[in-house]
Amino acid sequence: VSSEPLLDTPRRLTVLRDRPDITFRSVARAGGIVVLTIMLLVGLFLAFRAAQALGVAKGSFFTEQAWNPDAGKFGIAAVLVGTLLIAAVAIVIAVPLATGTALYITEYAPERIRRFLVGLVDLMAAIPSVVYGLWGFFFLQENITPISRWISQTFGWIPIFAVDGVNPDDPLATSTVYTSSTFIAGIVVALMITPIITSIMREVFSQAPLGEREGALALGATKLGMIRSVVIPFGAGGMIGGTMLGLGRALGETIAVYMIISPIFAIQPHILQAGANSVSALIALRYGEATQFGTSALMAAGLTLFLMTLVINFAASAIVARSRSGASS
Amino acid sequence: MTDIVVRPLTDLTVSAVTDALEVDETIDEFEQDTAHGGGTTVPGRGVADRSSDPEVRRSNGLRISDVLAVIGAAVASLSATIVIFTQLAPLQGPIAFAAVAYIGFVIFYALLVAADESAPIVRDRIVMVAVHSLAFVVFATLVFVVAFSVIRGAAALPHLNFYTQDMSLAGPLDPLSDGGIVHAIAGTLIQIVIALIITVPLGLTTALFLSEIPGKFARFVRTIVEAMTALPSIVAGLFIYASIILLFGLGKSGFAASLAISVMMLPIMIRSADVVLRLVPHTLKEASIGLGAGQWQTVWRVVLPTSRSGLMTAVILATARGIGETSPVLLTSGFTAGLNLDPFHGPMVSLPLAIFEFVKSPEPTMIARGFGTAAVLMFIVLALFVIARVIGGQTIAKREKRRDRVAAAIAAGSALATFTVALARSLPDRARRIRNFFPTRGTPASTTTSTTTSNQDGNP
Repeated sequence: VSSEPLLDTPRRLTVLRDRPDITFRSVARAGGIVVLTIMLLVGLFLAFRAAQALGVAKGSFFTEQAWNPDAGKFGIAAVLVGTLLIAAVAIVIAVPLATGTALYITEYAPERIRRFLVGLVDLMAAIPSVVYGLWGFFFLQENITPISRWISQTFGWIPIFAVDGVNPDDPLATSTVYTSSTFIAGIVVALMITPIITSIMREVFSQAPLGEREGALALGATKLGMIRSVVIPFGAGGMIGGTMLGLGRALGETIAVYMIISPIFAIQPHILQAGANSVSALIALRYGEATQFGTSALMAAGLTLFLMTLVINFAASAIVARSRSGASS
Repeated sequence: MTDIVVRPLTDLTVSAVTDALEVDETIDEFEQDTAHGGGTTVPGRGVADRSSDPEVRRSNGLRISDVLAVIGAAVASLSATIVIFTQLAPLQGPIAFAAVAYIGFVIFYALLVAADESAPIVRDRIVMVAVHSLAFVVFATLVFVVAFSVIRGAAALPHLNFYTQDMSLAGPLDPLSDGGIVHAIAGTLIQIVIALIITVPLGLTTALFLSEIPGKFARFVRTIVEAMTALPSIVAGLFIYASIILLFGLGKSGFAASLAISVMMLPIMIRSADVVLRLVPHTLKEASIGLGAGQWQTVWRVVLPTSRSGLMTAVILATARGIGETSPVLLTSGFTAGLNLDPFHGPMVSLPLAIFEFVKSPEPTMIARGFGTAAVLMFIVLALFVIARVIGGQTIAKREKRRDRVAAAIAAGSALATFTVALARSLPDRARRIRNFFPTRGTPASTTTSTTTSNQDGNP
């Protein structure tokens, strides 16, 4: 009838929604808006209150080591370095442990205990951090001192392992200089994040395609050869992503660190020596006595910590999503 | 196309060939892997075929020399370490002993394996030992951390008053038979219930919004929620402290603590619930819409029932995180030694905070109380976790099967009940008939056991 040529245009669909659908959509959207408002409120409130302190401190906020907000002399150089050192110790210890455990669960463990071990790892990730703090304070603190002493005596020529004010030739020297250190806090945080990292690594290792595993074995690879040529390359993205998620948790950990360290407000590069600090411990330590402006300064420190974990988390999820193993999830 | 097919193959061949070809071992492993993974299946051999083959094939890949190598290396390293510690070096302590013995074991084992195997196999064995020991260290340490709290708190746990009294009348020097943590248990329960009242409706609605009404706005909300999962818990506490307590002057209370826990739990819950909802198969939703259901009906009758166990798991795991967090509570709830059931007025202590305050004291009884509280807290987390596993492990098929079983049981039960009732109803009748059978006996009403019913029925 019509002389116009038929075009392949999509049909316009009109959706008529009845009353329950409209109600559902508006309630769900309202829920989303409320959550978005709360989340933005938290972020904006932090930024707004932090701006007050940052406006006073300006650039010295990142270079000043002392924390006296009411005297106008405050900065996060010491606590930030302390946070990063504790997290670095934790990661250095946790990543080999987590890799080994994840490989054990996926590749070596007998089939019948595998499910149990997976459940155990997930449960350990849910153990409250204060329990790890108790263990670190009452057990590790006393028993790690000989190891700290040995490391500092053997590797003391490396600057970070040096310990000031101790005579290595004096067998009766007090060991208190080795307690409450970055090293001990790092070990406790490492134990806390090991289950988290293990859980993610195990997930990606178990997804390595069976065909490629069999291919490697059929070509004569040993189990190690199969792991190195199939499992690790396949799970590399997940390994990095899991490590970064663990790092995010390590940076934000408060109570376990707070219980162990003896806080100092100076950059402490010697990880075996008593005295350490972290941003979250600083907040827990100083919020009670803080004035209006002091709270604002703490907010600035908290905001810095939040931005750091934020960047790390987004980078982690981007790496996981781009990797071969994370593409499906 | 060819590129895609070829790449993984070349990767494999290159790295697999660099590791030497060790056929003997790996076929066993290969068979194991396929048997477990269920990848390829070997065509079954007939019975006659098997009987003609006299030698039964070993399939566990373990040879007597492997076991002997482990035992020999262990004995050698133990002996060498004892010699070193007693005769040669001034080393002390169990940790140093274990470290030296372990290093010795790895070296001796490598030497023993190297005696009759090639280099790739030696490397394979060393890595195997390393992986086993790393996993052992992790599991042993984690179990030890948990056991340590329970053992140190064992002195406090058997006292019944530990669960029924608060600390308002018990001082640091009082024995463990005085005072308890009922105030902390009550505080934790009240705070977590308020937090759940806030987060569950809000979190699940938002998760439904993210998965059911996709679009630019939903993507934006999802990004913000993901960003907020990175919020350190102490910063969440600081936010509530600075806004609710300092700005609005509410005062430190259980409610403020609940709000802080909610801010922390909400993103965690939304994120995991969103993942669960996105796993609902599209075919199910399309089938529902194809049958003429609207969006709400699809959500209510298909999406939510399908993902119910996953959503429950998301809620329970977020609850476990919320219960265990100390830092937001430290800033917002205040501390009290007494029982406070009013979340809006006065400080209210919770389990993690009670642990933290108990162990600050130098008194051994207070520290024992702290460890006992930690054991109680871990028990609650463990219980939540087990519930989550049980619920999360249910698939729809399993749930339906159980529902069928329950329905069958109910049907059987009701049939039995009907039968019993019918029997009971007919009893007087039967009794009468039996009695009528023996007409010479005395008056029926006085002798029957079921007097009331028979009287109601009455004899004509």
